[in-house]
Amino acid sequence: MKEKIESIIISALTELNDEIENKELNNPTLETKLFGGNGVLNSLALVSLITDVESLISDEFDKEIILANEKAMSQKTSPFRSVEALTLYIETLLREQN
Amino acid sequence: MKRIILITGTRKGIGKNLAEYYLVKGDVVIGCSRGEASITNDDYIHYILDVSNEKAIVGMVRNIKKQFGHIDVLLNNAGIASMNHFLTTPYSTAQNLFNTNFFGTFLVTREVSKIMMKQKTGRIVNYSTVATAFKLEGEAIYAASKAAVENLTQTIAKELAIYGITVNAIGPTPVETDLIKAVPKDKIQSLLGRQAIKRFGVFDDIKNVIDFFIDKKSDFITGQIIYLGGVSN
Repeated sequence: MKEKIESIIISALTELNDEIENKELNNPTLETKLFGGNGVLNSLALVSLITDVESLISDEFDKEIILANEKAMSQKTSPFRSVEALTLYIETLLREQN
Repeated sequence: MKRIILITGTRKGIGKNLAEYYLVKGDVVIGCSRGEASITNDDYIHYILDVSNEKAIVGMVRNIKKQFGHIDVLLNNAGIASMNHFLTTPYSTAQNLFNTNFFGTFLVTREVSKIMMKQKTGRIVNYSTVATAFKLEGEAIYAASKAAVENLTQTIAKELAIYGITVNAIGPTPVETDLIKAVPKDKIQSLLGRQAIKRFGVFDDIKNVIDFFIDKKSDFITGQIIYLGGVSN
């Protein structure tokens, strides 16, 4: 499951980068910083990523998740800080639905 | 290409009338309500759900995306009214009004906007009421829920503008539907008396404004609240 989620995020980032053309996103990896601190996304790009990933997760796993939920917004360390953090966060959300 | 139009609250009243109107025009209409569909047409799809149920709304919008790939127009028509003195309004009534009128509009708009932002175009029409402009006695909670819708409309019009999505609202006068059937006649007459044009609204008045808002050419019209009957805020 983890690999699938990671590949969904990477593919969403690659597609997003066609629009925002940020060279830091040319080869996104688990370590790529997304939002906040040294993150490469601004708030609008993050909104776009969230909606893309929600939709791709729904297609792949046939489950509807809302990434920007209360839990995400109240976590001390944001799940949107890196590809790895986002992968783990989505994995948790999907497991909670089982 | 046929437009894909999502209208909430299509089982009766204005929503049903609008759905039938756009079906006749050749559009595909997706409707929803808490009850069974009351429209039969090959181009009509009905979802039974409560607009304040987040999971149901997310599911419906994702299904529409899978089926059609895009949504051109959203009409946040679902609404409930309740007339009561503020001092005798049950908390549960106030919650129900906000759940459908405000949170329903919020949820459906949020999910549909996620589709529209990818298309770089979209038309969203929300529903207010002249009761909000009038600060109408006896409708404190209903008018407050619609005031929240107005503010949401004008704020998200700014947030969604960069994606080519317009968000406007119509503020109908009383129309003879179920929504006002319980309102005393003298109260309605006094309300009509406060309008510049003193008559009931009819479906055509509403269609006219909605047609204007959702027209392709209206891409420079956003964040506007249009009241019928010459009412102003």
